[in-house]
This record gives sequence, C-alpha cells and structure tokens, in this order.
Amino acid sequence: MIAVENINVGQQVGFGIIALMMIVGAIRVVTNKNVVHAALWLVVVLAGAAAQYLLLAAEFVAVTQVLVYIGAVMVLFLFGTMLTRSKVGNDENLDNRNGAMIGIPVALLLLGTLTYGLLKTYKAERLPLKNTPFNIQQLSDSIFSHYLLPFWALSFVLLAAVIGAIVLARRD
Amino acid sequence: MLATLPYWGVSLIRILGGIVAVLLPAGSIVYIFLFKMMSFMQSRLGPMEAGPYGSMQLFAEVGKWLQKEDLAPDGADKRLFKMAPLIVLASTFLLVAVVPFGPDAWFTNFEAGVFYALAVSSVSVLGILMAGWSSANKYSLMGGLRAAGQLIAYELPMVLAVIGVVIQAGTMNLQQIVVKQNNDKIFGLHFLGNPYILTQFVGFIVFMIAVQAELTQTPFDMPIAESELVSGYMTEYSGFRFLIFFIGEFATAGVFALIASALFLGGWGVPFSWFGWHNIGDVANWMNVVGPLIMFVKMMIVVFLIMWVRFSFPRFREDQLQRFAWKVLIPIALANIMLTAILKVAF
Repeated sequence: MIAVENINVGQQVGFGIIALMMIVGAIRVVTNKNVVHAALWLVVVLAGAAAQYLLLAAEFVAVTQVLVYIGAVMVLFLFGTMLTRSKVGNDENLDNRNGAMIGIPVALLLLGTLTYGLLKTYKAERLPLKNTPFNIQQLSDSIFSHYLLPFWALSFVLLAAVIGAIVLARRD
Repeated sequence: MLATLPYWGVSLIRILGGIVAVLLPAGSIVYIFLFKMMSFMQSRLGPMEAGPYGSMQLFAEVGKWLQKEDLAPDGADKRLFKMAPLIVLASTFLLVAVVPFGPDAWFTNFEAGVFYALAVSSVSVLGILMAGWSSANKYSLMGGLRAAGQLIAYELPMVLAVIGVVIQAGTMNLQQIVVKQNNDKIFGLHFLGNPYILTQFVGFIVFMIAVQAELTQTPFDMPIAESELVSGYMTEYSGFRFLIFFIGEFATAGVFALIASALFLGGWGVPFSWFGWHNIGDVANWMNVVGPLIMFVKMMIVVFLIMWVRFSFPRFREDQLQRFAWKVLIPIALANIMLTAILKVAF
C-alpha cells in the first residue's frame, strides 16, 4: 500500500498533470487519422515520460530520454513518414478499429501484470527520499564495474543492428 | 546578494536573465556581424539611415515584420505551421538554461549540463521538420528533410568532440568545467589556468565545424539554399513567424557560442591564481557582474569566427556534406576521445 506520510505535494500535482497529458497524448496517437499528427502526439507522450523522470530526480535518464527518443527516434519516424507519404491531410485507413479488439485487452493485461508485479514485489517498501544531488560519476562507475557484462552485451546487440542496417542499405 | 532574496525572486531574476541572454546576443550578432561585418567584407556600408550608423535598423526591421499579416498557405496544415517556429525558439531558450555566467549567476546548476545541452539542441529539428512538412510545398519539404539529415549527422561529431572535454574535466556540469579550467595549471604554469582550447584543440575545431552545421550557416546551408530551394523550410513563412525563425537562428548561434566559450575558452572566469582564489567559494562577488561581460566578449569572438566562415566559403554539395560528417569529423573526434582518455590515465 502507498503510505500517506512524507509526500511531496508539488511533485504529486506535477505528476498528475503530466500523467494526464501523457494519457491524452497516447489516446490521440492511436485515434488520430493523420500519420504525422500521430507521430507528434507520440512526442508529447515521450516528453511527458522525460518530465516524469525529472520529477523522480533522475536527471540523466530524463536527458537520455530527450536525446534518444525525441532527438533521434522521433525525428527518424517523422523523416521516414514525410519522405514516403508527404500528403497533408487525413488518411482514412489509418485508424484501424479492428485492432482495438486485440489492442485494448493486451494493454489491460499488461497494466494488470505490471501493477500486480510491482505491488507484490515491493508491498509497503518505499524508496528512501534522497536529498543528496544526483551523481553521474556513481552512475558511470556502476555501469562500468557492476553492470559491465550487460553493457557489453547491449553494445554487441547494437553493433549487430548497425551492421545489419548497412547490409540492408547497401545495393552493391 | 542572491542569497537574501526569496526563492521566487531569484527565479524571476533567472527567467528575465535567460530572456536577456537569448535576445541580447541575437540582436548584437545581427547588427554587428550580419549588417556591418558582411557589408564591410563586401566593400559597402550596410544600413546607415536608422539611428547612428544604422544601429536602430534592427528595431525598424522588427517593427516591419510585426506589422505584416500572419499568412499561411491554403493547403497548409495550419496548426502545425503556426506551431513550428515556436518549437525552434523554445529549443534555444531551453539551451541557454545550463550556461553559467558567474559564480552565482547561473540559471540551473545542472549536474548533466553538457549532456542536457546536446539533448535539447536536437529538439529544434522537430520544429524544422514540422515547418517543412506543414507548408505543403515541395521546396519546404525538401528543405526540412535536408535540415533533419544534416542536423542528425552533425550532432554526433558535436557530442563526440565534447566528450574529450568531459573526460579531461571529469564532470558534465558546465559550472564545474569552467572552474576546473580556471583553477588548473598547464605545464606547471598557473597564470593562464588551463582553458581547454589548448589541450582540446582538435575537439574545439570539430565542435566549431559541427556547430556551424547545426546552425545551418553558410558552408552548410543546404536546408535553405536559395538557388535550389527558394528558402527551404522557411519558404512559406512571413511576418512575425519568419521573425521568430530569424531570431531563433541567431540566438542559437549566440547560445552555442556561449556553450563553446564555457567548454573551451574558460567561460566566465579569469584564472583563479590572479586573485589567489582556490575554489568557487573564494571567487569574489563582483565576478557575478564581470563574468557575464567576459562571457559576452568571448561569445562575440566565437560568433565572429562562425560569421567569418559564413561570409567566406561557398556552399557544400549535399553528398559532400554527409561524407564530411561521417568519414572525416566522426573518426577524428573518436581518435581525440581515445587520445584524451589515454593521456588522462597516463597523467
């Protein structure tokens, strides 16, 4: 259960407002009939996630979210859609109503599983409120010592993806 | 002085300071470099009528743009079309938030400052893509796509060039990077501090080239190449929305120059050994006034370099531009990182 003491009111209000924006944005992503507008609503959702990380005092993750998702992934999304379907206006085929029959149950199932898992694992346990400033050195120390093997594995996966992209893109 | 004010007072001063730190450099750059320096390089006088030596020309231009009708093309996606310039300008305001101007004269003392600056500078690409697409114009769209390809390509060498500085300083906080540069010694000499332009000269060159491309200044101005694309993603804009793009362009030049001077030229500080300071706590209070002036002078010097290149060189071709980023700048920047890391461990 969520304890009631030690609540930072400003943070909670901020969380609520940003969460509401994210929910509206997420619904607009799937209901919008204009593919570029849908992509831009997705930017709102991702920027909201970055703002939530900031509220949790996770500066580095928030900045990474902006750099990777907004600065790179979404720009590539938009670049691709604008390059291939540059028409301004709505696309009636875009809003796939039949997908809702599968999509909504899957989303609810995911929500249920995550909520159950989080509540079951942590129960009344709460992360301590830290007043010490966030330290990037500690983060990099843990990545390059404690989590070195996962880091290498991830780098290897990314390298494979890069090589795959080159193989796919090369014509000769 | 700041310590005696309430929190909201300090915040208000910081917000006003941020607006000044964006608009004042933009105005000075446009007048001194775009109006006067370019004219002198072309053996003409430039604007001379409005005010002494045409110094009020800028206000006349702003007044002219503000009077114009807020036009949008018939086939355009009106909402996105109107939003796009604001996103570009917002990215500039987000960018200035991490620049330190003095021991207490900062907007946010952000631990991941450098990283944050590089991240939010890429937000402007979204605005440019929106502008290009929503104009419903082939030239605009091509300009937008070119801009996106160019900004993504040159963001990498910029990030990689900065990593050398981060390795040497051991921190990502711009304030601490400035303090480190003024507090360190080079070859055992204390009187100069250690501005990283001396030790990271390769990084500085790569950073400045990448900044030139990020700002789409002339050797890299394919997104708005007037002989091919009319005016690229800005083709359909007029009135105050064009003004916002225009301010955004030169304000971003100013802010990138501020970041470059904080990273490579010692920022707001003077070498601390001159006054017998040892850390940021010793720095005298008058540096909060002198610091911004030092930053302004350094910014003007860096912008002078950018504009000098802009007015001197012809435009690259699109494929040359991409090849230059991926095959020249990125390998150099990577080699610089490796060398810096080796030297950092060795010394």
